[in-house]
Amino acid sequence: MTMEKTKTTVLIVDDDFDFRNQMEIQLKAAGYQVVTAQGQADAEKKLKDLCPDIAVIDLMMENTDGGFALCYHIKKLYPSVPVIIVTAVTSETGYEFDASTAEEKSWIKADRMLTKPVRFEQLDGEIQKLLNR
Amino acid sequence: METLRVLVVDDEPGMLSSIQRVLRNTRIDLADLETQVNFDVQTSDTGEKALEIISNSPPDILLLDHQLPGMSGLDVLDNIADQKENILTVMITAYASLETAVVAIKRGAYDFLAKPFTPGELKATIRKTAKSLIVTRHARKLAREKRQVRFQFISVLAHELKSPIAALEGYLNIIKDKTAGDDPAVYEKMLDRCSIRLDGMRKLIFDLLDLTRIESGQKKRELNIVDLREIAQRSIESVLPQADSRSITINLLADEKLNMTADPGEIEIILNNLISNAVKYNRDNGRVNIVMTARNGKVNISVSDTGIGMSQQETDRLFNDFVRIKNAKTRNILGSGLGLSIMKKLVNLYEGEISVQSTPDAGTTFTAVLNQHIQQPQENAVLTQHTQQPQENDEHPTNHQVA
Repeated sequence: MTMEKTKTTVLIVDDDFDFRNQMEIQLKAAGYQVVTAQGQADAEKKLKDLCPDIAVIDLMMENTDGGFALCYHIKKLYPSVPVIIVTAVTSETGYEFDASTAEEKSWIKADRMLTKPVRFEQLDGEIQKLLNR
Repeated sequence: METLRVLVVDDEPGMLSSIQRVLRNTRIDLADLETQVNFDVQTSDTGEKALEIISNSPPDILLLDHQLPGMSGLDVLDNIADQKENILTVMITAYASLETAVVAIKRGAYDFLAKPFTPGELKATIRKTAKSLIVTRHARKLAREKRQVRFQFISVLAHELKSPIAALEGYLNIIKDKTAGDDPAVYEKMLDRCSIRLDGMRKLIFDLLDLTRIESGQKKRELNIVDLREIAQRSIESVLPQADSRSITINLLADEKLNMTADPGEIEIILNNLISNAVKYNRDNGRVNIVMTARNGKVNISVSDTGIGMSQQETDRLFNDFVRIKNAKTRNILGSGLGLSIMKKLVNLYEGEISVQSTPDAGTTFTAVLNQHIQQPQENAVLTQHTQQPQENDEHPTNHQVA
């Protein structure tokens, strides 16, 4: 089964206005439905009435690991919704975060980790891959 | 207390045991490095055994007799030449055999002891060697830490510069591909965002240059008698457009003649930062109160706002490089994260202190206390006396009301 973009709602959570804005413009141009949130608290509020098809969230927001907490929250509410965590943390601290091994997946909970800067084509590709699984 | 490991290599059992006895009872006090040193002694009666011990667990100091039954002391020295940074060797030579001592030093020994020597001579040589070892290690450690701090600073800086570049690049791609449709107004907004991010980047670079100049001491200071009120008024004027657009009132309450010995450029940076922060982190229709007084040779500058405030946790980390308080309330406020680092370093130049008091959702007060007259130039001695008279600020307030 392949997905239909027009029926796909992407939740974008990032405290960087420009990143949010650009992803929204490009995802909409590609045919997706888009809902944005400015941070963890805002996203949790919106998730009460909204079950997105996929969520793309920033790691470092109000709290340094706000993205992990939000990811956990989404997975608890909607276990089948894929979550992509986008972060600049790798280049910032030298720490490598990647949900590739089973062990890492079990505690990070995200389906995919991407490092900023993220090109739209790359994000679009990852979304399609996760939704067509 | 640090323990240095000493390996003594000699084929005379009497010599080994007496060196061992002396060193076990030796404790060296290195007061200038705030440490004490004692010794853990191991012995070997041949060069071959010594090399085995060295390869298994290298000592800090090697006391090495030249005349050994098998391989000589100099042979041992040659074998460990690549470790001379970490193992300091003291060559034990026969009396009047200065030649061997010279050769040993040339091949990397740190020092030599001529037989027969007294316990005092042994202690003095060991003391010198241990001190050199510890000073060198200390210096290496400091250099490593400095590199680490520098690396972290540059990593974060690179990140702070990459974010605006990514934002600009993103918009340029959207504009180039016309991804956002045909409405020109949408693209105008993107161009506005590009300008805002560029301004932020420029501010970061300027702040960085300021910080680097202050830290390196490269910035030339021109100390003059300056009028603080005048500088504060200039700072206020520079933030008026932002303050007016959000109906924020700025009050200046200061002594009529508030002179201090200072570099006007430095004071301007301090005041600009304090006042523009008070406007930036304020609420619409808020107030900024600037109170400046001079008493007992100290100038007190306090800038309060009626803004969003901070928690204790947030104020604790505030003065670190690149720290910006990230929360829902500060989301749309731009800054380089270096303003307060710069201010703190400048305030230090005036033997002063800067502190912050804040209540979430009520406001923040920054207080800088500076020495009124640092490195007073001779020709201004008269002025000092004049301005150091206590001035009762409350009796003659001059109120500068804006907006």
